Amino acid sequence: MTPFEYAPAPESRAVVDIASSYGLYIGGKFVEATGGAPFKTVNPATEEVLAEVSEASADDVDAAVNAARTAYTRVWSRMSGADRGKYLFRIARILQERAREFAVLETLDNGKPIKEARDVDLPLAAAHFFYHAGWADKLDHASLGPNPRPLGVVGQIVPWNFPLLMLAWKIAPALACGNTVVLKPAETTPLTALLFASVCEQAELPPGVVNIVTGAGATGQAIVDHPGIDKLAFTGSTAVGKMIARSIAGTRKKATLELGGKAANIIFDDAPIDQAVEGIVNGIFFNQGHVCCAGSRILVQESIADELDSRLKRRLATLRVGDPMDKNTDVGAINSRKQLDRIEEMVAVGEAEGAQRWDSGCELPTNGFWFRPTVFSGVSQTHRIAQEEIFGPVVSVLTFRTPAEAVAKANNTPYGLSAGVWTEKGSRILWMADQLRAGVVWANTFNKFDPTSPFGGYKESGYGREGGRHGLEAYVTTGGPTRAGQRSGATEGSAK
Amino acid sequence: MSTRVDVRKTYKLYIGGTFPRSESGRSYEVYAAPSAAAARRGSASRAPKFLANAALGSRKDARDAVVAARKAQPGWAGATAYNRGQVLYRVAEVMESRRAQLVQDVRDSEGLTPVRAEAVVSEAIDRWVWYAGWSDKFPQVLGGLNPVAGPYFDISAPEATGVVAVLAPQRSSLLGLVSVVAPVIVSGNTAVVLTSENRPLPAITLAECLATSDVPGGVVNIVTGRTAEMAPWLASHRDVNAIDLTGAANADGVDWGELEAAAAENLKRVLRPGGTGPEAVEPDFGATPDLARLSTFLETKTVWHPKGR
Repeated sequence: MTPFEYAPAPESRAVVDIASSYGLYIGGKFVEATGGAPFKTVNPATEEVLAEVSEASADDVDAAVNAARTAYTRVWSRMSGADRGKYLFRIARILQERAREFAVLETLDNGKPIKEARDVDLPLAAAHFFYHAGWADKLDHASLGPNPRPLGVVGQIVPWNFPLLMLAWKIAPALACGNTVVLKPAETTPLTALLFASVCEQAELPPGVVNIVTGAGATGQAIVDHPGIDKLAFTGSTAVGKMIARSIAGTRKKATLELGGKAANIIFDDAPIDQAVEGIVNGIFFNQGHVCCAGSRILVQESIADELDSRLKRRLATLRVGDPMDKNTDVGAINSRKQLDRIEEMVAVGEAEGAQRWDSGCELPTNGFWFRPTVFSGVSQTHRIAQEEIFGPVVSVLTFRTPAEAVAKANNTPYGLSAGVWTEKGSRILWMADQLRAGVVWANTFNKFDPTSPFGGYKESGYGREGGRHGLEAYVTTGGPTRAGQRSGATEGSAK
Repeated sequence: MSTRVDVRKTYKLYIGGTFPRSESGRSYEVYAAPSAAAARRGSASRAPKFLANAALGSRKDARDAVVAARKAQPGWAGATAYNRGQVLYRVAEVMESRRAQLVQDVRDSEGLTPVRAEAVVSEAIDRWVWYAGWSDKFPQVLGGLNPVAGPYFDISAPEATGVVAVLAPQRSSLLGLVSVVAPVIVSGNTAVVLTSENRPLPAITLAECLATSDVPGGVVNIVTGRTAEMAPWLASHRDVNAIDLTGAANADGVDWGELEAAAAENLKRVLRPGGTGPEAVEPDFGATPDLARLSTFLETKTVWHPKGR
């Protein structure tokens, strides 16, 4: 096959204006951090330093929580749901208006292809605010229980794979339900969260309703441990999720945890094979595989394993890996040196354990962090690459003979976030969906998201749901006295 | 007139549908709670009335109960909702037929007057019926179609989380027990229940109701003994999906925070005990329940499929 030649189609970065350094956004203004060591955020595609960012200390987190508490008691919890909703509608509209600016900044800071930031992250982030805006004055009708009321101040810690989108998943429902937030973006991707502060300002959101503190693990721990936090929402690794669950044990802090995954993407012999190949590619190479629900294990029925293998590899050879700012790029840069090291380590483990490694052999840029789309075949259940999350563009292929075997293999990990099923047989889809222990099952599709659709895991993929009516449950308390603004005093037991 | 020497009952564990003794061979003495009237008269200082030697369950008994619960779980969750509802309703029928025994157990265990004990048993049976009726209703109430922005059919439905460890309330030995067990199993979970430590007898009578009402063996497993001895093993057990810490309130030597921390090992779903702050308070089980307990032990599964011609 002759390779396509594409002319370069670079997106312009003139639309963004990155400051040389950023403070913390607390109480409606940027303030300097007290004490913490500033750190640099780089463009992973070029290793160019984009800006210097503050590290919030425990004192800074305290200031942010206090600002959030003040805004909660004096303003936000007293405001009508209709008015809260109007602020969220404003935010949704401003994100739509400034979508290009945010998309370019996201791509620069994260390394994801501009076409994904532009067509997925930004539209979905705006949609999350728009969807939750409408809930703000309808919580009494959401079947959440009697007298739904806000919890108070929510601490939110988001990962680097979808920085702005995860911010939207966290902030939109929290604010809609009347809570105020202290949010920490990931240390490698803080810029869109800091730019979001200017959206809050343009929307004239009352000061202190949204506070953004930057930093790494220590800053996150300070949020988790702060006694003024009523609820935590975390998206990230299962290991950190367990640390958070331990940290809040014995307290009345609530938590929702959206953690790792090792999704099986199951291909039956009657599957529409070309669509399945596209689904596999989307499932594991979307966002460089930096997706907690990525379809990182292909389970293919034995009779079509060879055919699928050759079709998949032929398709992967056409993936364009490179400059994330190029509108034709399919696979961008790995987010950080640290993550690249992790991927390389796991790939070495896969080879050492005897699986066969194949990659597309494409050219990679000289600067930045890159990894070729990689397929492991001959993988067995016990291989670490079949059990552990790699969080990169690496997929393991396993085979099965019967639907029961596919189910057993799919469920045989500590995770339970998502799964995919490809078959033309409707009854089998429904049976498989019943059997799979996963929070999201995509049948004849993969990696679809929507603000109305609850997302979250079984088992060690975490607890709680984000999105839809279900996502509201994490941000309200029910029963008891009805007076708005009162802190919840659970007398009946409450789930975290 | 000569008095008949009555035939006493041996109180044992209920695991996997059978009634074994503790594998440890141990037992402990269970005494009646002083009645409110006796307490008022100041005669509570009299030697308390001996009721029975209950089995003193061990770590191994708790682990055996988890194995039985895991084995029973797919079948119970896979039964139709209508079937689960009928089986659980049948439990209430059997409870009604054993009312006299339950009333006596509750009087002895909680020191209630006959009138109050009758009322508590009635409430417990009614509570069981209330939950039984939810089996084929909660999926519609808690699930539904998601109107996604694209050509997809997208539906969310709740389902059971798996094996649930339950620390039953220490004081409310029947109404409290029913109020924590029924919401766990109605959705298809199976349960390992640590009974009230000092008031275990109503739980064993309930086990006899369960064993004679078509509830498959292993769906509810009941272990009597020291909460502080067995709860940590359930909290840290890797094959337990969730834990209800309600019975940590008033339990000797139990720190619910430590149990919750142990439960983080495999990210169990945790229902914290009632109360505010670190204090654990046993809730008032006379209050009308809502769906909170039932929904704590559910997972929401969302299924997508494209639409097309």
